[in-house]
Amino acid sequence: MDALHQFFAIYGSLVNFIGINSLLALSLYLTLAAGQLSLGSAAFAGIGAYTAGILTMQLGAPYLLSLAAGALLAALVGLVIGLPVLRLRGVFLAIATLSFGEVVRIAVLNINITGGAEGLVGIPNVTTTWGIYLSLAVIGYSIARLRGSRIGWCFECIREDETAAAAMGINTTYYKVLSFVLGAAVAGFAGGLYAHLTYIITPGEFGFSIAVDLLIYNIVGGIRVWYGPVLGAVLLTSLPEILRGIGVTAGPIRMAVNGLILLLVILFLPNGLVSIFERRGRRNPKGPSDAALEEA
Amino acid sequence: MELLAQQLVNGLFIGCVYGLFAVGYTLVFGVLDLLNLAHAAVFTIGGLVGLWLVDTGGLPIWAAFPLAVLFCGVLGLLLDRVAFAPLRQRADSNFSGLISSIAMAIIFESAALGLFGARTVRFPEQTVTVHYWNVAGVFITSLQVEIVAISILLMFALTRFLAKSRVGKAIRAVAENDRTARLLGIHVDGIIASTFFISSALGEAAGVLFGLYFNALSPDMGHSIELKGLAVIILGGMGSIPGAIIGGLAFGLSEVLTVALTGTSNLRDAVAFTVLFVVLILRPSGIFGRKKLREA
Repeated sequence: MDALHQFFAIYGSLVNFIGINSLLALSLYLTLAAGQLSLGSAAFAGIGAYTAGILTMQLGAPYLLSLAAGALLAALVGLVIGLPVLRLRGVFLAIATLSFGEVVRIAVLNINITGGAEGLVGIPNVTTTWGIYLSLAVIGYSIARLRGSRIGWCFECIREDETAAAAMGINTTYYKVLSFVLGAAVAGFAGGLYAHLTYIITPGEFGFSIAVDLLIYNIVGGIRVWYGPVLGAVLLTSLPEILRGIGVTAGPIRMAVNGLILLLVILFLPNGLVSIFERRGRRNPKGPSDAALEEA
Repeated sequence: MELLAQQLVNGLFIGCVYGLFAVGYTLVFGVLDLLNLAHAAVFTIGGLVGLWLVDTGGLPIWAAFPLAVLFCGVLGLLLDRVAFAPLRQRADSNFSGLISSIAMAIIFESAALGLFGARTVRFPEQTVTVHYWNVAGVFITSLQVEIVAISILLMFALTRFLAKSRVGKAIRAVAENDRTARLLGIHVDGIIASTFFISSALGEAAGVLFGLYFNALSPDMGHSIELKGLAVIILGGMGSIPGAIIGGLAFGLSEVLTVALTGTSNLRDAVAFTVLFVVLILRPSGIFGRKKLREA
């Protein structure tokens, strides 16, 4: 047990961040699963984080209630934003969600209750490693169960060909908004966990670069199965520590390795790192084997 | 009144730089239907290389400027070879191209960080001699005039080039339909490569002018203009050159006017992104965009 204690003393926060990043990656995965490229998940995480943090600090709300409220508000905003925005496709959707994210970030920066640029300081640290990984297990399991369910098939159908899906009688608007709202809720929940983990949150932590990071986790891991984003998040979150372990400490090199991994994956493994295992597992994988997102 | 006039003039100058940046952005989108998120990284590297040539190389700015433009043009060719050409035949090349451009952006930025350091750097004082003029109470510097002159010259040259020259016509043909262009004997890959050359060269020019105007260059200066550039090309209509120019000017003006009217710079970007969001929802093709059904 001593070795375990020592490991947690050194890498405890890393383990926590891996869990949070996995949850955030899964939130984006839910939206990507229906073929919708969103760059707004970081903003939803921000909404959840600030809602939960403010509720706990200002109203003394119980921890779980704050988390639930954060997820709920993120989902509500997701619904309001998703309905008009999801009429757009591909790059246009990405840019619309991106500008939504920027508006949220600037709004948080300019209102008083959020603490502005200095951030929200003094959120009680009540999130535990167990809490994070229990949530990850529950949410991961639910998402895994989604595959093969009616909702899962509809998502996949829309992802492969939206026009054909609509022609087959799938209510594409409903399922697209559903994937967006579910993603927002998970992101908001993960944001709440994060707020109660770090004592302080600032608007910059939920900006464009984080949204891109979440997309990178998904792409590197692979977006055809639910554990792909988790794999990507685990690998890329721990990458700085791994590189430090082999003696690379320079910031630019770490960044370059990040970029290089992404480039190599998209060039040679379009379905992500999980496709390495899949290829070995069975020769004829279930479902269409071409690259995951069409016309994105 | 004079203050307002001054702000309008300033907005016009910064709008020119935005326009120049956005023209390169939109050119690639027009030809490839592909969002090149590495454009901002090229802009940054361009500015920094220009500075290096002046500062370390001891070249006068009029010699350093074209050299840096050339360098970034070559960088654009590299970008096309490494990140885009291998993906061109894929069904989801828009999506995977977006991802690989993010990867290249990370690699370029880490290169800039490694080569030039994270500090904010300036052009040496005697790089350009600046005169100040007072026209009816409005201050104009010779640098501003030069920036506008160079921007207009470059945009005019580009417009003429696309309209009249053989390569320019080929670029437009490929933008219209690459398969037909190939059938007609146009060397499509070469045309795409030259598009990247021109686009990156223009991005670089914007980088140097931006660096001269604000007299501050840093490896992360691309971040803010990246989002603004996106806003500009959406506003003007994806793929439209005049749209990008007008959009850039409108964006520059909206920025300074927001600051002038609200008295603070806090909401500067919020107005711009809100406008972008609304434009996307109401008229996704932008002001000058081609009417095009973006069906699968």
